[in-house]
Amino acid sequence: MKKYDAIVIGAGHNGLTNGAYLAKAGLDVAVLERNSYIGGATVSRELYEGWTYSNCSYVCSLLRPELVRDLELPRHGLQVVPYGGGVTFMRNGDYYGNFYDHERQYREMARHSKRDANAYERYTADVMKQTRLIRPFLLKTPPDPTSLKLRDLKDLMEYGKSFMDLGEAGLIDALKFWTKSVGDFLDEYFESDVIKAHLGGTGVIGTALGVYSPGTAYVLLHHYMGDVDGNVGSWGFARGGMGSVAEALAKSFQGFGGEIICDADVDQIIVRNGKARGVALKNGTELYADTVVSNLDPKRTFLDVMDEKDLPGEVIKKAQNFKIRGSSGKLNIALDGLPSFTGLDQGSPLMLGDYHFSDSLPRIERAYDDWKDGTWSKDPYVDVLIPTQTDPTMAPPGKHMMTVFVQYCPPKVHGNDWTAEDKAGFEKSVIDQIAAHSPDFKDLILHCETRTPKEIEAEVGLTEGNIFQGELTFDQLLFNRPFPGYAQYRGPVKGMYMCGSGTHPGGGVMAAPGANAAREILRDLRKPNTVPEGYADD
Amino acid sequence: MAGADERMLLTTPFHSRVAAACETNCWGNWKGYTTPNSYIDVELEYFAIRSTTGVFDLSPMGKYRVTGPDAEAYLNRLITRDVSKIREKRVGYTVWCDDEGQVLDDGTIFHLGPNDYRICAYARAIDWLLWSAEGFDVCVEEETQNVAALAVQGPTSCAALMAMGLSGLDALKPFGIEYFDFEGEQLMVSRTGFTGDLGYELWIAPEKAEDLWDRLFAAGAPHIIKPFGMEALEMARIETGFIQAGVDFIPAEETIRQGRSRSPFELGLDWLVDLNKPVFNGRKALLDEKSRGSRYRFAILDVAGNKPANNSFILKNGKQVGVVTSAAWCPTAKTNVALAQLEMPHGAIGEELVAEIYYQRELHWTKVNAPCKVLESPVFDPPRRRQTPALPY
Repeated sequence: MKKYDAIVIGAGHNGLTNGAYLAKAGLDVAVLERNSYIGGATVSRELYEGWTYSNCSYVCSLLRPELVRDLELPRHGLQVVPYGGGVTFMRNGDYYGNFYDHERQYREMARHSKRDANAYERYTADVMKQTRLIRPFLLKTPPDPTSLKLRDLKDLMEYGKSFMDLGEAGLIDALKFWTKSVGDFLDEYFESDVIKAHLGGTGVIGTALGVYSPGTAYVLLHHYMGDVDGNVGSWGFARGGMGSVAEALAKSFQGFGGEIICDADVDQIIVRNGKARGVALKNGTELYADTVVSNLDPKRTFLDVMDEKDLPGEVIKKAQNFKIRGSSGKLNIALDGLPSFTGLDQGSPLMLGDYHFSDSLPRIERAYDDWKDGTWSKDPYVDVLIPTQTDPTMAPPGKHMMTVFVQYCPPKVHGNDWTAEDKAGFEKSVIDQIAAHSPDFKDLILHCETRTPKEIEAEVGLTEGNIFQGELTFDQLLFNRPFPGYAQYRGPVKGMYMCGSGTHPGGGVMAAPGANAAREILRDLRKPNTVPEGYADD
Repeated sequence: MAGADERMLLTTPFHSRVAAACETNCWGNWKGYTTPNSYIDVELEYFAIRSTTGVFDLSPMGKYRVTGPDAEAYLNRLITRDVSKIREKRVGYTVWCDDEGQVLDDGTIFHLGPNDYRICAYARAIDWLLWSAEGFDVCVEEETQNVAALAVQGPTSCAALMAMGLSGLDALKPFGIEYFDFEGEQLMVSRTGFTGDLGYELWIAPEKAEDLWDRLFAAGAPHIIKPFGMEALEMARIETGFIQAGVDFIPAEETIRQGRSRSPFELGLDWLVDLNKPVFNGRKALLDEKSRGSRYRFAILDVAGNKPANNSFILKNGKQVGVVTSAAWCPTAKTNVALAQLEMPHGAIGEELVAEIYYQRELHWTKVNAPCKVLESPVFDPPRRRQTPALPY
């Protein structure tokens, strides 16, 4: 059997990024994918003729611009198009809209609370201060605070300096941000329920926590630290669906001579004499390489495709305790036309963005209560977008595609596996919520793909369908991601590495974990670094 | 044109529609006409050009009609290209020079019919056009106000226009012209534009302008059609490497200081100069320059980092060798691009230089010396720009 220089398990965006940088350094690299198509959770599929869905991830902002440019992803077909707008519909028939234009945004906020409209400026500045703290470290390996290695000490000093540069007040804010609940955080700035709900939703997306659970303020920050063309906090659509991110990465990887092998379901990482030697596929084939990189989540990596005998007991325990709870579902809907929403003009620029129907933080908290109770939210927090208002390629002209991200949806229902009735009930709770604000919505539905954590795990492989490959709480961030002692992409076995979103800086289609891991691997192999440095953030 | 109030800037025949769509209420002055800098948001408008369809009111563009038995001979004397190669129902991009071989303007020549041409130009040109016509049996007239024009640009532009009833438009080749009936008036469509993308320009009598706008936007709605202003156009044209008169060069007649004008060679437009033509304005000077060597070279630079190199000095080994005339972060190519004038012999493809970039954040100025490299070709040049038949998106 052929021996590669490196094998990467999982052709999601991080696996492909990792492969691209290893191949760029001259290594002979294979990226293995168990599905017959690439992309992982960065995938577009046509499940209804003429309609393309972004089946899992659906918007783009965190993808590092340095990597996009360096890997020439635009030349390979990637175009990220920003969208404006966004609206939270209220039970009283009114709405709160998020205008792209600053002055209109001010007036719209003032309509709900003049004081909030003014406070928003302070809020924005405070959030931007914190993103400036984090953004420079996205394309860096987190230093190990317990290490006395010169490199770790130097990196720690850099972190320390960034924190100190914030000043005393900024430092206190930073600690608040990393530990507080998004609800408590927003309460410090705003009085309007709907404004708080509109801003606060991102604090629980993909997270098995409520808006009043400590740690969720960081999740909000995680959604703010990306940018589209330098507009920090902006989000966009990948033209053609999120699969075009994976497709462009694949072309870049292949351009460096890399090989993608689909339908290659890894059974086990082969370890001999304490060193990674390759992988055994479920079909019996063995592929060899002295460098094996897992783009799978930490649980799947250490508890599934690795033999426990090959691992230190400490790692098994940490993997078992790793928090990767499933809390999200997704509906992808083919629509016969553009739905109308009560109280909003069809041509309103607000319609280009994300729609929500939770008009207060307590409502989102109660949605979390259902999840804790072991069931899907009866009144869920949803993040709805109709990308076909911006992207002409995903549905026939005049027809539309709607993506509905749903928080909360449990991996099991009251401890039991999902049944068809459960799934129908989950779907109904979401569709009814939208239909309550859109009278023609139900009649426009041509096809609906409903995905609970069960489907997401079965197809993508994410444990419990957790979109971030592990929760983004402080105990699992930076040098704690995925767990202390293993945050520098190296696994417990020589030649074995991790490059998925379960590593720093986490999930959200950033491609940073894949690139950071490649830099560490090339360092170990004494090859020149091919990974670019991050842009200065000023 | 409509809008006869002489106290203010003039308005174009589309003004009622443009004004209604211009939510930012942010206007500029284009050769005496009030023109939107933006409509809703510059970035979203830019992406209409690059991802769907963008519409731009280009009525203020200077338009000159050249007719008569000597039309071709006259134009061959006027411009640097061989006009006989621009066949009927074809458009050619060109420059014209003064007798010193310095560029007066760049523009397009539309070959409308036998002995019938239209010149589109940035600078007001009637004086030079008439002066050059001495001895030719031609009629040269300004027709800026007689023709309303829209640029319809972007990957779904062909689909949007076909939805409006322009059947067979997808077969039109780049730089081709086709005529259609629009409510009893002639609608001329050329596959031309200033965005470097698939796109068309529509030319019609001013009386029909508003109807054209209405029907275009109604039919184009499923193809995601949006108007765009000057600022979005500026991003698109820099991304695709198009120079702009008045920005990347100063029309020779407007320069006051010695040496501030540029020859076509110095603007990277060698391919527009046909020295085989026996006579044309500036030929002798350009022949001299060819043998003597040019003073400057036009270059497209890929600048490291994400700070646009606006107004930057370009350095080589610490010494200033040029200046940036236009710069932008290009949102589709995801590249930081600058158009520059470099002193010879600098500017060969692949040459590595440094851009001295100054930028301000919260009243604090910072300087970065960003490495940059001379590119061989523009960073945005999609196949769909040339593909015929044109694609639906």
